[in-house]
Amino acid sequence: MDLTELLEIGEKERQSERSIRIRVCVAAGCLSANAQAVKQSLESAVAEAGLADSVQVAGVGCIGLCSGGPLVAVDPENILYEKVTPADAPSIVSALQGGAPATARQADFNHPFFTKQVPIVLENSGKIDPERIEDYIAANGYQPLYHALREMKPGDVVDTITKSGLRGRGGAGYPTGLKWGLVAKVKSERKFIVCNADEGDPGAFMDRSVLESDPHRVLEGMAIAAYAVGATQGFIYVRGEYPLAISRLQTAIRQARKLGLLGSQIFESPFDFRIDLRIGAGAFVCGEETALMGSIEGKRGTPRPRPPYPAEHGLWGFPTLINNVETFANVPAIIRNGADWFAKIGTEKSKGTKVFALAGKIQNTGLIEVPMGTTLRTIIEEMGGGVPDGGAVKAVQTGGPSGGCIPAQALDTPVDYESLASLGSIMGSGGMIVMDQQNNMVDVAHFFMEFCTDESCGKCVPCRAGTAQIHHLLSKIREGRAIAQDLDTLDRLCAMVKQTSLCGLGQSAPNPVLSTLRYFRPEYEAFLSTPETASETASDGRGPASPAR
Amino acid sequence: MLYVSRRDGPAQGVIMESATATAKTQGNGRNAAKGLAADTRQKMLAAAMKRHQYQADALIEVLHTAQELYGYLDPELLVYIAQGLKLPPSRVYGVATFYHFFSLKPKGRHTCVVCMGTACYVKGAATLVKTIEGYAKVRSGETRSDGSMSLIQARCIGACGIAPAVVLDGAVVGKQTPDSVVNHLKGWLENGSDRTA
Repeated sequence: MDLTELLEIGEKERQSERSIRIRVCVAAGCLSANAQAVKQSLESAVAEAGLADSVQVAGVGCIGLCSGGPLVAVDPENILYEKVTPADAPSIVSALQGGAPATARQADFNHPFFTKQVPIVLENSGKIDPERIEDYIAANGYQPLYHALREMKPGDVVDTITKSGLRGRGGAGYPTGLKWGLVAKVKSERKFIVCNADEGDPGAFMDRSVLESDPHRVLEGMAIAAYAVGATQGFIYVRGEYPLAISRLQTAIRQARKLGLLGSQIFESPFDFRIDLRIGAGAFVCGEETALMGSIEGKRGTPRPRPPYPAEHGLWGFPTLINNVETFANVPAIIRNGADWFAKIGTEKSKGTKVFALAGKIQNTGLIEVPMGTTLRTIIEEMGGGVPDGGAVKAVQTGGPSGGCIPAQALDTPVDYESLASLGSIMGSGGMIVMDQQNNMVDVAHFFMEFCTDESCGKCVPCRAGTAQIHHLLSKIREGRAIAQDLDTLDRLCAMVKQTSLCGLGQSAPNPVLSTLRYFRPEYEAFLSTPETASETASDGRGPASPAR
Repeated sequence: MLYVSRRDGPAQGVIMESATATAKTQGNGRNAAKGLAADTRQKMLAAAMKRHQYQADALIEVLHTAQELYGYLDPELLVYIAQGLKLPPSRVYGVATFYHFFSLKPKGRHTCVVCMGTACYVKGAATLVKTIEGYAKVRSGETRSDGSMSLIQARCIGACGIAPAVVLDGAVVGKQTPDSVVNHLKGWLENGSDRTA
């Protein structure tokens, strides 16, 4: 494979495109709403209308507006239909020929949900067929890899990433270039690249969507990283709960290998790189990098103290670079468009864009990508359309069990790593769950603490015993058996777990409790009063107790 | 491969006590554990271990394969894997019990997984669980005594856009209400019908 061949594949693909393209979202959300049947009936409607020469029906990745699924988009008219049923298919096709308008409901591509987005990671998402490498190549895919391998030195690649200001999208926001530089510097006969696709935060589905919609972008990002740091083997550690993402990754790896875009002497350079999948087995703690490496080695996923960091002592003791899916997905665009282009997007300290998964009590649920620094209000009220049925936002939960609940009065906060941290939450991987007045915050804190108690790996005492004690205390509060002093104990216990736990899971587990205590203390106090008052509150907007596992 | 699907079915008759003890696995001269029936599944499991060159690192991959083949991980199966990968049984047991994905108990003919991710939770997933527990008379995490159905809670299946979501025998259904989910389950429980048979 050389550049000419690559360009030829892309050109051939573009030429084979027909004048009208009907895109059907076949990512997990729409698939569960019967998108496959919609696609089939569109295909037969096209065939029946004798339009097979001019109309193409393509299964594409996530279009973003999951609440409207199944979604169907028509190019070049730029029409988006939502909640499409197989019965709508003939009318959609006849509308193409100037017939009566389709029976399916039309969604508005000019809604802020779409117009306020700046797609970099999701650039191809919902546009290309994730199961065809040719489609990715036609969208200029794998050219950045060629550029890096043949026209840049490894050090230049690291410099470009450093200059771009890209920070880890897994949550902590460590500067990516710095991490790459550390691994590149270490001398070792073997080095590894790991893509962390163990998207464990409940309420987050950005990585799943990227892998299902544009898997080659992640493979290309990993290959560029491998070249930059001198690694020859990569692993993608993907959740077992994502069967579709797994199968699309397998397809993508096979296709890339077949075309020589992975394997030996890629683009006729001395660079070899192979990627293998590792399937997770349902342990939240494996999102922590040292635990994840243990799991790849076939062991229990328990973290170990750092240093030594994976950059020096990673998989099987060799230097290892671990980045998140979204981080790798940014890399090809940065190599293609340059560091300055990327650095212009976002805020001073948080560059680029961030993908968020909007869910919970919000009108438009789905996936969005916005520049860093966009305010929560813009995201939730303008793009998300606010709470359905005229309800009011009470809080926004970011960062999953490691994050916090941001109260409605802080909605004008710009979204970047530092601002969210100052509110007691974290950027996290990008889950954003909106809660309304129906959601009791003590209940939410209890929910997350139950999660952390169950997911604590048990290696260190503060996390293993501390989360259990916090959970116990929260249950006591919810049941109206607590006194004022218990809230102080809760505070102290949270501080202890935060400061003394071994890994990120324990260190951040108290965040949902601390943030709700900070902003919604009256809700805790309401449970403290006499047992009579407690039983009154029980019928007032308190969700049912979550059953113990 | 995610949830024990119909294909995997009930695991009865998997471990035959009268199994003809030691079946030789493919070409490698390794002996199968006593009690594990020498059937196609065992051959496939042996082939999976061979494909990974009996590397200890492949333990989780092998456990995935074993659970796919047998539906759950019986202690005898774990011993067999330990021998194949030359690992202490304690290590295999430790790994198998560490990860939520692996089940050491057989599952029901049908599996109902309720997603308890945050998005589903704020939209009433806990009520769904309560409703199902009451309707199907099965506790979360357990299997009905007649083996017809298992009820499981999932951490998050990433279908937050269509919360609350439930997975019925591997098929995700979104935007569920207590009524709609009970409707789905009716067919499974009434007259003990087994569509998979």
